[in-house]
Amino acid sequence: MISIEWLISLSAVLFTIGLIGVLIRRNAVVVFMCIELMLNAVNLSLVAFSAYHGDIAGQILVFFSLSVAAAEAVVGLAIIIAIFRNNLSVDIGDINLLRF
Amino acid sequence: MEIYAFIVLSVLAIGSALGMILNKNTVNSALFLVLHLISLAGIYLLLKAQFLAIVQIIVYAGAIMVLFLFVIMLLNVADEPSLFDRFRVGYFLAFLLGVAVLGQIVYSVAGVAGILPQISPEMERIGTVEAVGDVLFTEYLMPFEMTAILLTAAVVGALMVAQFKSGKVSRA
Repeated sequence: MISIEWLISLSAVLFTIGLIGVLIRRNAVVVFMCIELMLNAVNLSLVAFSAYHGDIAGQILVFFSLSVAAAEAVVGLAIIIAIFRNNLSVDIGDINLLRF
Repeated sequence: MEIYAFIVLSVLAIGSALGMILNKNTVNSALFLVLHLISLAGIYLLLKAQFLAIVQIIVYAGAIMVLFLFVIMLLNVADEPSLFDRFRVGYFLAFLLGVAVLGQIVYSVAGVAGILPQISPEMERIGTVEAVGDVLFTEYLMPFEMTAILLTAAVVGALMVAQFKSGKVSRA
């Protein structure tokens, strides 16, 4: 059986890859996908803890976080489309309307 | 046997995640993310969470990634021209920050490594559709219904945000 430390380490590595992706990419859609990656990494650790405790609450929490991720993707992509219509760019360096 | 499956799936997951953030083409990034989600579903199966594995493939790799691909093809953005063509200080700083976060997580996990529980004997029977549905529709019925309201609000809000033509935005 897989030791839980390996699962948590895999989750940490995936979270870090997502974080680096958010920091280095300029395309807003890819930044969004990196956020999904980080959400999935946390979901993985929740499932691991749920399986190792024999408690189903963690999997229920993953179910809810999945539906929240779906809602977040819908609204975020709508915002990206609205920005693209006004700005003709999805480069996050060009979107500086709220910068002081 | 499970160990080998876990190693293959985790290498696949890490590799496709790296492929996602390093690829210039946005469509290829999205397809790498699909591969990543499917390999995570395989790891869920190893953890006996059958319901979540199927939901992960249907909802994430099916629905959400199709939405992403639609938006990418709708926007039709060009490839990022200068990703890794030349060295930037920002990339180095991002890498350092990532390593710092990873070190922090690993340090905090290593602190509790001894007291983490061993495999639960109940593990075989949790995670099936029956077990999840049993809890979801009794104990967690109220949050489940709230999810329906949340998704409806998200759809209506997305329509409101995305449908305005540029220039006709009312600035009330």
